[in-house]
Amino acid sequence: MLWLLVIYLGSLASLLLTSLYTTNDFTGNLVKTITFTNYHELLTDPTFRIVTLRTIGIALAVTGIDLVLALPLAFFMAKVASRRTRRALAVAVVLPLWASYLVKAYSWRVMLDPSAGALVQTFHFSPGFGVTATVLVLAYLWLPYMALPIYAGLEKLPNSLLDASGDLGAGAGRTFRSVVLPMIAPSIVAGAIFTFSLSLGDYITVQIVGGKAQTIGNVIYRDFGAGNLPSAAAFAVVPVVIMVVVLLVVRRTGALENL
Amino acid sequence: MLLSGRSRWVLRIATGLVLVFLYVPLLVILVLSFSSARTYIWPPPSLSTIWWHRALGESGPRAALWTSVKVALAATTIAVVLGSLASYGVQRFRFFGRNTVSVLLVLPIALPGIVTGVALNAAFQQAGVALGFLTLIVAHATFCIVVVFNNVIARLRRLAPNVDEASADLGADLFQTFRYVTFPLVRSALLAGALLAFALSFDEIVVTTFTAGAGIQTLPQWIFNNMFRPNQLPTVNVVAAVVIVLSIVPVYVSQRLSADPTGGLTADEDR
Repeated sequence: MLWLLVIYLGSLASLLLTSLYTTNDFTGNLVKTITFTNYHELLTDPTFRIVTLRTIGIALAVTGIDLVLALPLAFFMAKVASRRTRRALAVAVVLPLWASYLVKAYSWRVMLDPSAGALVQTFHFSPGFGVTATVLVLAYLWLPYMALPIYAGLEKLPNSLLDASGDLGAGAGRTFRSVVLPMIAPSIVAGAIFTFSLSLGDYITVQIVGGKAQTIGNVIYRDFGAGNLPSAAAFAVVPVVIMVVVLLVVRRTGALENL
Repeated sequence: MLLSGRSRWVLRIATGLVLVFLYVPLLVILVLSFSSARTYIWPPPSLSTIWWHRALGESGPRAALWTSVKVALAATTIAVVLGSLASYGVQRFRFFGRNTVSVLLVLPIALPGIVTGVALNAAFQQAGVALGFLTLIVAHATFCIVVVFNNVIARLRRLAPNVDEASADLGADLFQTFRYVTFPLVRSALLAGALLAFALSFDEIVVTTFTAGAGIQTLPQWIFNNMFRPNQLPTVNVVAAVVIVLSIVPVYVSQRLSADPTGGLTADEDR
């Protein structure tokens, strides 16, 4: 407990503190005087705004795609499949999660390659490297994080409720909208927090398949690599603020218990 | 439940497509590792095991693998001790700031890895600690603790508190109760959490990049550093294939450990 308190909160505090420092232009050393230069730059430089908006857009797109893919999968697992199939499917969804993140991103790089990749050779089409590829690969990577909470939520949903809805004359679509969705909303929110947060900070996938696209993570990494820790720290505060806002909004739904 | 035959089929096909989506990239890598070509050209011109022979003889990936295992073992050990104690404390005792602590424990998984990485890096710099093997372990342990905590507390919440009371009534002190009553009951959840913590640490690259010293290279870092080098591609393919095959092990183990096929990932065990 103390570990988290000291190390985690301590480091978040020093993140904030560092974001208020600057670096000396000549020596590259930290100048430990507190200024708001970095934040001023963040707020005035249009590049930062574009990058932030693009990253939020990517994270939202990934979350949306994962939701669309996860819902039928989770519903089939929880409500249609037989016991044995359900178990096998659960393993099948979890297995890719254990396979290395990097290996998966790498294999997409291999497949997306516009000159000799598997997609171009098989379908004569590949989105190439860029924002589209980034969204696709991130959606692939985080899909289990969306599917598993929804599956868990659906499993807790009593079948009798679905039957009752059907008995009362509701069709599949109506039952889904008026019964299933409200009941599993907390699970969806929990899954969405995962996919959104994971996409928000990612820079590895962007480097591997993103081409020239820049995201928040990239810029932080670039500043960090250039030795400008204060600037990197200031920009790292942006996803923190976004996530805190998201979590505060979400806390009211009680979905935090499902994380 | 009442579902028309057609909607069942739609769901079945959708599920099948999602599974294809999930597995094709993994299969592509497995096939490519046996390609005779020097690149990842598809389809492979012919199949051969030459790159497997060469890759298994290389020392770079092997050293990186060993580093990853050491870091993951150390971080998991710390996480198991501290994570289970923390969950026990939060679940069994009421104290000031208990709710804050629960929120605090969600933070490391709710915040993006790069934030954790930069924050830890800033903290180490401020504290004047040189980056090295130890800082890497501390960083990994920080998110591993959360995983163990979540698994154990999910189990503890399910246990009836009167088991502890019964133990106390029979004259056991707090330590004995933990040792003989609580621990055996949470053991499988603890193991599942430890397994997940190990896997997360083994796979981690973002926090690693920001907290490892210059000379240290974990397996993910090795893959990342080499995938952009054309003449290393065959080796990267083989290493990637090995990692994919290895990922079956934890799934199998967690299957054995608990009836929960997700390995406790959803922190949901009341089924």
